[in-house]
Amino acid sequence: MSRISISGLRARDIGPLDLEIGAGECVCLSGPSGSGKSLTLRAIADLDPHEGVLAIDGESSTSMSGPTWRKRVGMLPAESQWWYETVKEHFPKNDGTYLAAVGFADEAMDWEVSRLSTGEKQRLALARLLANEPDVVLLDEPTAALDKESAARVELLIDNYRKQHSAAVLWVSHDPEQIVRVSGRLLRLDQGCWREAQ
Amino acid sequence: MNVISLTPLDLAMTAILILILAGASLLLRLGVAGQLLIAAVRTTVQLLLIGMILTTVFKLAQLQWVALITIVMLLIAGREVVARQQYRLAGWWGFGVGTISMFISTFTVTILALLVIIGTDPWYRPQYAIPLLGMMLGNTMNGIALGLDRLTSAARDQRSIIEARLTLGQSWREAIRDIRRQSMRTGMIPIINAMAAAGVVSLPGMMTGQILAGSPPVEAVKYQILIMFMITAGTGFGTMAAVWLASRRLFDDRHRLRLERLQNGR
Repeated sequence: MSRISISGLRARDIGPLDLEIGAGECVCLSGPSGSGKSLTLRAIADLDPHEGVLAIDGESSTSMSGPTWRKRVGMLPAESQWWYETVKEHFPKNDGTYLAAVGFADEAMDWEVSRLSTGEKQRLALARLLANEPDVVLLDEPTAALDKESAARVELLIDNYRKQHSAAVLWVSHDPEQIVRVSGRLLRLDQGCWREAQ
Repeated sequence: MNVISLTPLDLAMTAILILILAGASLLLRLGVAGQLLIAAVRTTVQLLLIGMILTTVFKLAQLQWVALITIVMLLIAGREVVARQQYRLAGWWGFGVGTISMFISTFTVTILALLVIIGTDPWYRPQYAIPLLGMMLGNTMNGIALGLDRLTSAARDQRSIIEARLTLGQSWREAIRDIRRQSMRTGMIPIINAMAAAGVVSLPGMMTGQILAGSPPVEAVKYQILIMFMITAGTGFGTMAAVWLASRRLFDDRHRLRLERLQNGR
């Protein structure tokens, strides 16, 4: 059960953003490309210096180390990154708990990363992120590079995780239908200002 | 020892070779003739100057003069390290990381060698201290410059990977670990290769010089082995220290990658 509260968040000249996402809630962020949605997610993951206060269940980000915060606030970028040869080496303690959930058998752990398709990589990146069991999940257009079928799988997986772990989800998306499917709340970024859309 | 002393005429004759090479470069339009001549003049003037300075310092044989000369050498080497990197740490860090690492590794190894191994009297005897430190600095400077250049360019190229690792909750140490290892290796490989090839492929310059100056080859070889080991230790530890310090500086207290701390040097 975790809620994240964001107050007065400014990443470069974007914001301020004041937002509270309850446990098990999903909020979408939208706006023209280049407007600073990714910068906002990076600031929430504490990857960039920023103004404002971030807290999970009242515990502020500055009360814990950067890595601890990022384990609790997991971010999935639009394009997944891999740095070793096999899939397994990228997972904490080679933990493949979420492989089945993203539609892979255990043997996928031994696959070579260079042979995977974009869709497979993105699903595996999600399984890798969820292995940390984050309280908050930040998604930066996670299905932008995927075909419809893979996108639906990823949506379903995130939905299940959110419900099972009562996780708070912040989802950057361009797709109006997807926004309606995954979330009840939408914030739009308009010329550097966040506005709640109805 | 019977050294055949070189006359200015002997040197002038080798200078003719350089002039002919410059002429050939000009004919082939290599665009290096000017640089070649300037470098030849620089090497002559710089070496003659240091020859005169060393003569004086050897005569004086005082610790403060040895200290002054070695510190000037260190600072020049520190500048050289900065100049050889495409992306360097901004501000004093760029100069400081290389210089401090070189200072720690080369001065420690040289003083250790003078005090314990060679046992010169006094320990700072300039005939030993200055050439030894010079060779140490020259090689350590190379290793550190290569290691740091590799570290900073890899950090830029692999920014997405480093940040993906941070995003998964890895510490800065884990996130840069592979790059750091490669960079340390890059800095150490030339000196390891030089040790492996010494005497088979190449006769090291110091040993050759000693033999030309009349030393028995076996004495020259013993010194060369000592120097090789010292240089390798100095380069290795210096590179490790510099790459570690610089990689720490690439991240802040919140384990965030701060590439804006690098500036383009070219």
